[in-house]
Amino acid sequence: MKHILKIMGLLAAISAIWIGLLETSVVPRSYTWLLPIYLIVTLGCYGLLMVGVGLMFFPTCPQEAVLLQQDIAEAREFLIGKAIDVGSD
Amino acid sequence: MAEERMEEEEEKEREKENAKYSILIPTYNERLNIALIVYLIFKHLRDVNFEIIIVDDGSPDGTQDVIRQLQQVYGEDRILLRARPRKLGLGTAYYHGLKHASGDFVIIMDADLSHHPKYLPSFIRKQKETGANIVTGTRYVKNGGVHGWNLMRKLTSRGANVLAQTLLWPGVSDLTGSFRLYERSVLEDVITSCVSKGYVFQMEMIVRATRKGYHVEEVPITFVDRVFGSSKLGGSEIVEYLKGLVYLLFTT
Ligand SMILES: Nc1nc2c(ncn2[C@@H]2O[C@H](COP(=O)(O)OP(=O)(O)OP(=O)(O)O)[C@@H](O)[C@H]2O)c(=O)[nH]1
Ligand SMILES: [Mg+2]
Repeated sequence: MKHILKIMGLLAAISAIWIGLLETSVVPRSYTWLLPIYLIVTLGCYGLLMVGVGLMFFPTCPQEAVLLQQDIAEAREFLIGKAIDVGSD
Repeated sequence: MAEERMEEEEEKEREKENAKYSILIPTYNERLNIALIVYLIFKHLRDVNFEIIIVDDGSPDGTQDVIRQLQQVYGEDRILLRARPRKLGLGTAYYHGLKHASGDFVIIMDADLSHHPKYLPSFIRKQKETGANIVTGTRYVKNGGVHGWNLMRKLTSRGANVLAQTLLWPGVSDLTGSFRLYERSVLEDVITSCVSKGYVFQMEMIVRATRKGYHVEEVPITFVDRVFGSSKLGGSEIVEYLKGLVYLLFTT
């Protein structure tokens, strides 16, 4: 099944529940009308939160850059010994 | 009967032990990097049966001369140069290299040292432990990481990832990374159904693979932004990415 259909299915299910709520009016109607807006706002907040958290805890590795420089130096030494062109800085 | 099966199992085990790996490296103007990465690959894969397949798209900077020098040192059977006359793009470069691969597994990595060969053993180990069809390197987990990105780059990367995770449910944490190990037949299967370019190509590969039900595992990698040479992906990347996302929503 194409993924878009899954998402449509999910949306359809949510709409069905919503219409059900409207029809049966278990909760006051005025609340039910607002629910989709809440849903969209929640989704937006979730997205922003995830991006924010991701940024805050973005894994960085400055020590890796240092290690890489060492590896490059080591490789250079070997390659120059084999007369391979590694360019000049 | 049981004994026979045991022998068969053992045979399989032995085959796994001696599995051959083809390391596929596309290059375009990587004269300064290619020798370094080849040295590091040989350093970190001492007891492994492997070949390096370099697909160079007629780099004008003399990348191929360096590769020929490397062949003199390491042997033409270990380093295969499968060049193409001109710059034909990354996706087709993988496909071209794959045609010449003789390994049971194919490892794809960039030549620019963002993908450090020291992680190769962990890819291989992970595959052996789990029997996965694909092992993909992921930057966004513990022990993984990125160095050298500014805030803007981090922001786009996080945003793109959250968007893809929410819309595609791919089951993989790092969709656009391209440091991966594939079972050869799996790569052959997946790559033929992929049409995207650039970052989207990497995403399409892994999404299609999970949809097809292949077993995907992840290993942490660190990613140091390129030191030498210049980036070839640029321009309207974000727009391309969004288009790719929609394309994947409708076709996978
Ligand atoms: N054969 C071939 N290789 C390519 C082509 N474009 C890029 N490559 C190689 O593909 C790898 C990844 O390309 P990069 O330019 O590093 O792309 P990137 O990692 O997204 O961008 P950076 O920020 O520059 O690291 C490198 O090894 C390049 O040399 C191409 O058209 N043909
Ligand atoms: Mg790169």
